[in-house]
Amino acid sequence: MGEEMAAVAIAFVFSLFFYLLLTAGTGSILLWSKAELVVAVLFSAVVAVVAGKIYKGLGIRPSAKLLNPLRWLLLLIYAIGPLFFQMAKANLEVAYRVITGNIKPGIVKISPGLKTGLARTVLANSITLTPGTLTIDVDRKGNFYVHWIYVRDKKPKPGEICGSFAKWARLIGG
Amino acid sequence: MIWLVYLLIGIGMVFQALGSIALHRFPDVYTRLHGATKCTTFGSIFIYIGIMAYSAMLVLQGQINQVSLLAHTLIVMALVLITNSTGAHAISRAAYRSGIKPGLAVVDELRVAK
Repeated sequence: MGEEMAAVAIAFVFSLFFYLLLTAGTGSILLWSKAELVVAVLFSAVVAVVAGKIYKGLGIRPSAKLLNPLRWLLLLIYAIGPLFFQMAKANLEVAYRVITGNIKPGIVKISPGLKTGLARTVLANSITLTPGTLTIDVDRKGNFYVHWIYVRDKKPKPGEICGSFAKWARLIGG
Repeated sequence: MIWLVYLLIGIGMVFQALGSIALHRFPDVYTRLHGATKCTTFGSIFIYIGIMAYSAMLVLQGQINQVSLLAHTLIVMALVLITNSTGAHAISRAAYRSGIKPGLAVVDELRVAK
């Protein structure tokens, strides 16, 4: 029961946050009008209950770590700093391969050793957004199967694929 | 100032165009996804930054209510970053599970694992 309530609470906080962000500047109570605040709470409650049912049906357990603002701050720093830089590099590399057609694709396996679902999600998404790599699958032991557009090494170490991202993922979701 | 907006949106469009050329030039679904996810994500980000620069410009000129445009674009950018890579992952995994093998692949660890 506790886990279900936590899932509903997480969904409620997130939908409330996004609703308030989208309607900021509509009134005089802080930034919102009275009607918007009432509607925000009502809609978030509905969304949270529905999301809770879906989570239960699919067997998903969202982590309460998502509610920690410090993790979000870290994620923000990570997204603006190292991730954005790597994305720029990734795009220049893919652009080069698009134009020259010089590719040597393959699927390689890396084992960064991440335990939590949140950390794995952050790392998998980062890998997909960065130089020539695309996460295809993650198994239960935490091995990542990555499609690499130019295979330089058939048995790569995690650092060759994701650089410092595994460290960041552990920091954000560990 | 408006030229900065044009420049950002222009860069975004170049990357978007590269993404569509990638679809045309690459041999199979996995390599095409590289073009379709990275280039379009990066291209969209530049277009969003352009929009944000434009709304910031309007705000500085005194149209305070344009702050909402800035906030909305920021939310869209965050959501695109998360959903685009998740979508690529879902498509590639579904493709692999339905039996499409990567063309020209020099190594395929996933087949070994299955």
